[in-house]
Amino acid sequence: MAITTVPETPRKPGRPPSPYSARPQRTSLGRKVRDNLTGHAFLIGAVLCFVVFSWYPMIRGIVMSFQRTRRGETTWVGWDNYSRIIADPSFWTAWQNTFYFTVLALALGYVVPFFVAILLNEFRHAKGYLRILVYLPVMLPPASALFLFKFYAYDPSEAGLFNAILKALHLPTSQWMQSPEMTMPAMVVASTWMNMGGAVLIYLASLQNIPGELYEAAELDGAGIWRRIVHVTIPQTRLILALLAMLQIVATMQLFIEPLILANGAGAEDSATSVAYLIYQHGFFQNDLNGAAALGVIMLVVLAGFSAVYVRLTAKQD
Amino acid sequence: MAQDSGTRTLISHSQLSRGRGKVIYWTLLVVVVAGFTLVFLGPLYWMVTGALKSGQEIAQTPPSLFPKDPQPQNYIDAWNNLALAKLLFNTFYYAIGAVLFQLVFDSAAAYSLSKLRPMFGNAILGLMLATLMIPAMVLIVPQYVTVLDLPILHINLLDSPFAIWLPMVANAFNIFLLKRFFDSIPEELMAAALMDGASSLRTLWSIILPLSRPILGVVSIFAVTAVWKDFLWPKLVMPSPETRTVSVGIYTFAGGTPMNVVIAASVIAAIPTVIIFLIFQRNIMSGLTTGSIKG
Repeated sequence: MAITTVPETPRKPGRPPSPYSARPQRTSLGRKVRDNLTGHAFLIGAVLCFVVFSWYPMIRGIVMSFQRTRRGETTWVGWDNYSRIIADPSFWTAWQNTFYFTVLALALGYVVPFFVAILLNEFRHAKGYLRILVYLPVMLPPASALFLFKFYAYDPSEAGLFNAILKALHLPTSQWMQSPEMTMPAMVVASTWMNMGGAVLIYLASLQNIPGELYEAAELDGAGIWRRIVHVTIPQTRLILALLAMLQIVATMQLFIEPLILANGAGAEDSATSVAYLIYQHGFFQNDLNGAAALGVIMLVVLAGFSAVYVRLTAKQD
Repeated sequence: MAQDSGTRTLISHSQLSRGRGKVIYWTLLVVVVAGFTLVFLGPLYWMVTGALKSGQEIAQTPPSLFPKDPQPQNYIDAWNNLALAKLLFNTFYYAIGAVLFQLVFDSAAAYSLSKLRPMFGNAILGLMLATLMIPAMVLIVPQYVTVLDLPILHINLLDSPFAIWLPMVANAFNIFLLKRFFDSIPEELMAAALMDGASSLRTLWSIILPLSRPILGVVSIFAVTAVWKDFLWPKLVMPSPETRTVSVGIYTFAGGTPMNVVIAASVIAAIPTVIIFLIFQRNIMSGLTTGSIKG
């Protein structure tokens, strides 16, 4: 639609001054104050919502992680919540599972959409249809999609869709969510199916921005398809690739609804317990909101660590 | 996206339109179209028809491709036993409210940040954007505690739609999308309105918003789908059966309900978003890519 056709105004440099801020000459103090007040009046609704539901909870989460509330009485307990959370045997399992999921999801959910996008970008037919198909699962409520996987696809008997296919191909069938080894891969498949559409569309848009001359030049130099991908496509989409990697790590670290619905939470032999699920478990079942807050802070620190590495790596490349 | 037929991509156009290239291109196209249909539509077909099967047919090996004896009763049971009408109405109500709150507060904020540029505007925008880096799970506990007892006001928002609407306003991505769109509206228009003595509110209402219909549409669609897809937050803040959303309602009943009825309910729950997608797919896709690519 019209969205893409609106011309971009250049960012900061060379941007024309606002008619308000650069109002001619007689900018009296009163006028300035009034303009500012008008500006803030328009901001206040959104800012209040950010304060109450985002900025304040951020600080409150950190504060809560050092407190304990019992029978309405809140006391400071130092690092007690942290040591209690870390001593929980599920803590390390949850981190292991979450990292395992993140790695699998990067291998599948990050690489596959890129190549799907490259493929779709070459097609001159059925493009719109394929794009709609890839994005369709993104629009389903995750709970709906996961019940489909749970009851029909991952049915451990031979009536299940996947087992029926495996059997038809004379391959060994699987217990899926009831087998600790298959739990994570099965969750990654479901999660990738549900979520890859967004990444495909973003890659497609960035592929369309690659100047055709680069491919032409590479071809004249005798580069085959694979070398053109390595030397043109990937470097040209480097920024978006890096950005999506980071976003995907943040998203996969929050693995929650997949274990909750597919594996009823912990899964076979704790194979599905994720950090996010543990936060939920502590906060809303064991009535340990402070412990859950501490776990949240730990998650934030781990992600901040990832971001630091990410900033380092991307800064070096430029 | 319309100009892509002319630009050169990985493989040159001419290579694909003659000889061996043409054969490979068409085989690959057919394989991919068939494969994608199977992978992405197949499960949906399985879902819709599976919910029509009887309990015995579901458990049968190998599974049947078409329901032998279709049982529309499953859908009727789902509708009645899970009180889907009420659940769908709730979700719809939250979604519409979320759209209104986001449109009013987020476009006002984006307008201020883009055109009025008050003091500390950039700092505020920075703080808003910083929240994009904080995963929702980290905030879930303190947010929940805040909703139980709002600071200063000491109001409990549990089971109140405001517990969904107000946090939805704190959406940095939408403010950013709107601000970037407003940035592209020429300042001359603003200056002209100012000359005519229009107030800021008037300028927003009669100049900026009418020009921004496409992006307002995108933001609205995102708001509806976000509410429709959300699970954990509504599960926590809308605990009573009367206020549940459709996903949470189905999840709550899943334990004690036959699985084809659960699937039938899941199909019904998915219909509204699928329809929205089919109608607005162009807007959704362009909104998704403009928001992320050049940002």
